[in-house]
Amino acid sequence: MPVKSLTRTPRSRRASHRFAADAGLLVVAAAFVLPLAWVVLSSLDPKADLRVRLPDSLTLDNYDQVLTPEITFTPLLNSLLLCGGGTLLTVVCAALAAYPLSRYRSRLNRPFMLTILFATSLPITAIMVPVYALFVQVDLIDTMQGTIFFFAASQLPFAIWLMKNFMDGVPKELEEAAWTDGASSFQSLLRIVLPLMGPGVAVVTVFSFVMMWGNFFVPFMLLLTPEQMPASVSINDFFGNKGTVVYGQLAAFSILYSTPVILLYVLVSRKLGGGFALGGAVKG
Amino acid sequence: MTSASPAPSAGPGGVAKTPSPPGRPHSAPPTAGPPGSRVRVRRGLLRALPVSPAVVLLALFLAGPIGYCAYIAFTDLQLTGQAESSFVGLDNFREAFGDERFLNAVWLTLVFTFLSSIIGQNTLGLALATLMQRASKPVRTLTGAIVVTAWVLPEVVAGFLLYAFFRREGTLNAVLDFLHLPSQNWLFTLPILAVSFANVWRGTAFSMLVYSAALNEIPKEITEAAEVDGAGGWRRMWHITLPMIRRSIGTNLMLNTLQTLSVFGLIWVMTRGGPGNDSQTLPLFMYEQAFQKSMIGYGTAVALLLLLVGSLFSVVYMRLLRTEV
Repeated sequence: MPVKSLTRTPRSRRASHRFAADAGLLVVAAAFVLPLAWVVLSSLDPKADLRVRLPDSLTLDNYDQVLTPEITFTPLLNSLLLCGGGTLLTVVCAALAAYPLSRYRSRLNRPFMLTILFATSLPITAIMVPVYALFVQVDLIDTMQGTIFFFAASQLPFAIWLMKNFMDGVPKELEEAAWTDGASSFQSLLRIVLPLMGPGVAVVTVFSFVMMWGNFFVPFMLLLTPEQMPASVSINDFFGNKGTVVYGQLAAFSILYSTPVILLYVLVSRKLGGGFALGGAVKG
Repeated sequence: MTSASPAPSAGPGGVAKTPSPPGRPHSAPPTAGPPGSRVRVRRGLLRALPVSPAVVLLALFLAGPIGYCAYIAFTDLQLTGQAESSFVGLDNFREAFGDERFLNAVWLTLVFTFLSSIIGQNTLGLALATLMQRASKPVRTLTGAIVVTAWVLPEVVAGFLLYAFFRREGTLNAVLDFLHLPSQNWLFTLPILAVSFANVWRGTAFSMLVYSAALNEIPKEITEAAEVDGAGGWRRMWHITLPMIRRSIGTNLMLNTLQTLSVFGLIWVMTRGGPGNDSQTLPLFMYEQAFQKSMIGYGTAVALLLLLVGSLFSVVYMRLLRTEV
């Protein structure tokens, strides 16, 4: 049937909707991409400054300059130690804690989970001053282990929350079979439950690691000697020494420091679909 | 709303509303003894054992500092002498509320939170999620990747990128010059606006992901029915979509706000709280008082206030999630 041009067909309307939506998204994407483009282009530009522009010539010189033990390797290794240790501690404690919460009925479960949820959303920044004072008293200030402990404690509430919810999704029949065969709870956790919730464990691990890797304030407060500083703090040295900032090197270092978490994120979201780490409790 | 699989959208929030499953099949039934009998207590302790490492860590490094925070907020503890602090009651708080710089920090924190979290991240996140529902796949993927990259970057790196972006000789002014619009030294004239924009750039992805997940759960029939009935886009949004995702909006606002309240690194890198104290939000004020002026007691009193505000938000947030635990 002939349609007047005033009342458009659903199909053409949908097409124009799509066109408008695409245009809107591209405008936002263009605005968002500018700072990212700056860091990528500057890292390859021998004459990098604060503006996005195409380099006249490409060079890896900036990377060459920063790939020294002092500037890159030591801070990244420190980051790896802190975040690796913290993540390991977090994941182990969270897995152990989640098991009874998920598997046994107890009057304490609900209050415990509520406390955990409450702790999840506390502004950790606010307690850093007393943590510093406390660490000075108990001699944990400026130690890797102290920082690792605090990292783990600050990530634990969220990790327990996530871990328990993933664990709830693992059916119990398999464990029951194992129990009748005389397996202990610990064995069934290790051999049956955790392998079955592999993706869940991966999410908790990557999420904790990414959060710690990017954290600036905690090591900034709890570590003092430059040799122990992770990349999140040492990156400030590019600005610290009153001279002119070499933006190309800063950009190159930023890319080296950011790459691991971006890769981890891509890896996990590939496996699990996008937006995996949607705050343990965000539901419609 | 149970999630049997750790699917991203169902995510970890899909908590079964049923009571937690019973224990081991051959474990003693509840009739094994009167409540509180020794057998039951011992079994309870044994089962609680795996929770203990987590509880110890949380008690020592999270609950401990919070308790200590509540204590030294009422003392005049200073960085220099450890043992010479004395109890001063509410002096720190009295001083804070009479301190113009504290009130300035409160005001800036409100502005920062309102602009970047409630207005910026939340609205832009919802807009992006809505557009993504209709956009073509390549555009959707590309935009999503860019916005999420900004979110995944370490905080300090994000700070440097936006510092460069807003500097007088930076990219923003280059764009404005190109469009023949007036440019200025943003970090000097409107620092709180610049850091708010930076926080939007950095945090919008979270809202976008939350709202994408929420919109995907709205049954297609409902929106299609409304469309057939002739409801336009805005009316559908207002009368159908928003009411259906209101819980997501609530939790997202809460989480964003709490996150924004504790932003330190981003502002520190971009402006150090300056110029003067024109972008000094509460976390930066607290840091300055405690470490640059070595007034640990006073800084902690400010921290305690921040913690209380955060706790209030947490409680509201938990009320929103009440049915989910």
